[in-house]
Amino acid sequence: MTSGAAEAAGLRRRTRAGWLLSTPALVLLAAGAAGPLLVVLVFSFLSQGEYGGVSLPFSGEAWFRIFLQRDIFDGTVSAADAHLAIFWRSVWISLATTLITFAMGLPTAWFIATRPPGQRSLWLFLITIPFWTNLLIRTFAIMEVIRNEGLLNTALLSLGVIDQPIQILFTDWATLIGTTYVYLPLMVLPLYAAIDRFDMRLLEAGYDLYASRWSVLRRVILPLVRPGIVAGCILVFIPSLGAYVTPRILGGGKNMMIGNFIELQFGQARNWPLGAALSMALMVVVMAALLVYVRVSAREGRDD
Amino acid sequence: MTEIRVAAAPDAPPLAATRTAPPFSVTRMPGFGLVAVASFAVLYLPIITLVIFSFNASTSMSSWGGLSLDWYRAAWRNEVVQEATVRSLILATSAAVISTTVATLAALGTTRQGRFPGRTAIYAMVNQPLMVPEIVTAVSLLIVFGFVRSLTGYQGLGYLILAHSAFCVPFAYLPIRARLEGMDRTLELAAADLYASPVQAFRRITLPLLAPGIMAGAMLAFVVSLDDVVITEFVKSAGQDTLATYMLGQFRRTLTPEVNAISTALLGFTLVLLTGFFLITRKRARDPR
Repeated sequence: MTSGAAEAAGLRRRTRAGWLLSTPALVLLAAGAAGPLLVVLVFSFLSQGEYGGVSLPFSGEAWFRIFLQRDIFDGTVSAADAHLAIFWRSVWISLATTLITFAMGLPTAWFIATRPPGQRSLWLFLITIPFWTNLLIRTFAIMEVIRNEGLLNTALLSLGVIDQPIQILFTDWATLIGTTYVYLPLMVLPLYAAIDRFDMRLLEAGYDLYASRWSVLRRVILPLVRPGIVAGCILVFIPSLGAYVTPRILGGGKNMMIGNFIELQFGQARNWPLGAALSMALMVVVMAALLVYVRVSAREGRDD
Repeated sequence: MTEIRVAAAPDAPPLAATRTAPPFSVTRMPGFGLVAVASFAVLYLPIITLVIFSFNASTSMSSWGGLSLDWYRAAWRNEVVQEATVRSLILATSAAVISTTVATLAALGTTRQGRFPGRTAIYAMVNQPLMVPEIVTAVSLLIVFGFVRSLTGYQGLGYLILAHSAFCVPFAYLPIRARLEGMDRTLELAAADLYASPVQAFRRITLPLLAPGIMAGAMLAFVVSLDDVVITEFVKSAGQDTLATYMLGQFRRTLTPEVNAISTALLGFTLVLLTGFFLITRKRARDPR
């Protein structure tokens, strides 16, 4: 009885101390990050103001206009093709980025994890340097490579592979190359963490049972490093989907992704409710992806 | 492959075959090494090219005109760059100090105490900036700060400091929490046994032990603030360019190797901070428990 009361008092004390100490951080985040998101949510249900901004009444028009459009003259509803093209570009570029970074990242992470222990932290450091380097600098660096007079075209021209520079910059391919380059470290790091925990003796067991290299990879390695694969894919997919700087610089003005399209609504297009609705829709997709991650990692945790 | 099958056969393997066969390594995957080397090359070639061209004497971005430091000099003398650099440093320092302070308090409140109601909610809130796409945070701050700006007329650096401090919190929080979780509680208990007050125990024992975590958190927050483009671009008032948004603005014009010079300088600075971060966190790993 008394010990139960003491425990309850301890819990009360812990709760109070925990919340009290976290309050400054929570206030800061509410003012500078989370709170404004609620304003965006409200804005997405308002009408377009005359000179930008928003006005009453409340309406679902902005959410409707994400996918659909209404003819000005006869009011017929049709799919908003221009919007769908932008969503489709964002999705395929993000998926392709995830696949390519995985194809490059798995061997790289494996390579690092199988180095002698003393060398590993050096190789890992080499992955973290680009990760922490300014996104703008990395985008600029890759732009220098794929420009018409850039490293790639100059090399191909002088080798005689092509007669004329290939126009890569300001196309979707440039954006894809850029996001792949920029997000590759985000794939390698979680994969390495998973492979590092992997028990290499399982490989011997596989080979002892006459498995080929391929079936060891497919049946032993991939299932066991799955949490790392899921984490890497989510970490690459989410920022690719919301990318803003890379498509703006490498894709040029026309090849927008969702991020640039959102900006357009708050800039030249002056359709704040649509921009707000698009932002919230993007967040829903991101939260769904995170939920998948949490559920997968929770399940893996139970398996252990 | 054939050699291995021969070696596994019951008959004694031909001597020549065993000698030429590479030793069978279980961790080797065919082609993985090649892809890994290619990945490192892909990661570093563009950055190395960028650094080399920052020392180019010619105005052109594609032809080499000899070695020179002209573009560093040009960037150094450019008043807009000077102002942007100072602004970036002020902003990153303020954001690092503020976010690290609140993150340290939050980490002390949520670590080592056991579960309590709402702890998961606090975690979620602290890590929220990592989960929301930057562009979404950027437009939401644009709306809210725009409103505050029109109400109060305040145009200063406060908006940027608030925004940067907020999104730096998780980066400061995570290393501090990791350090706290790995810390030995017995030293604090010993201090309490020796009649240290909680405040004394905190100042003399907990804080010094926690210092590397706080330093690491502050460094990450500093780098993250220095690197931010998207949120800064949307939040800044007129004429409030940071180094990153100044560079973003340059992409609308004809680029000169001046951008390479600024990038290289920034790269060097980040590299120094990162090396410091790794030395600090490695020392932690070697600390006797």
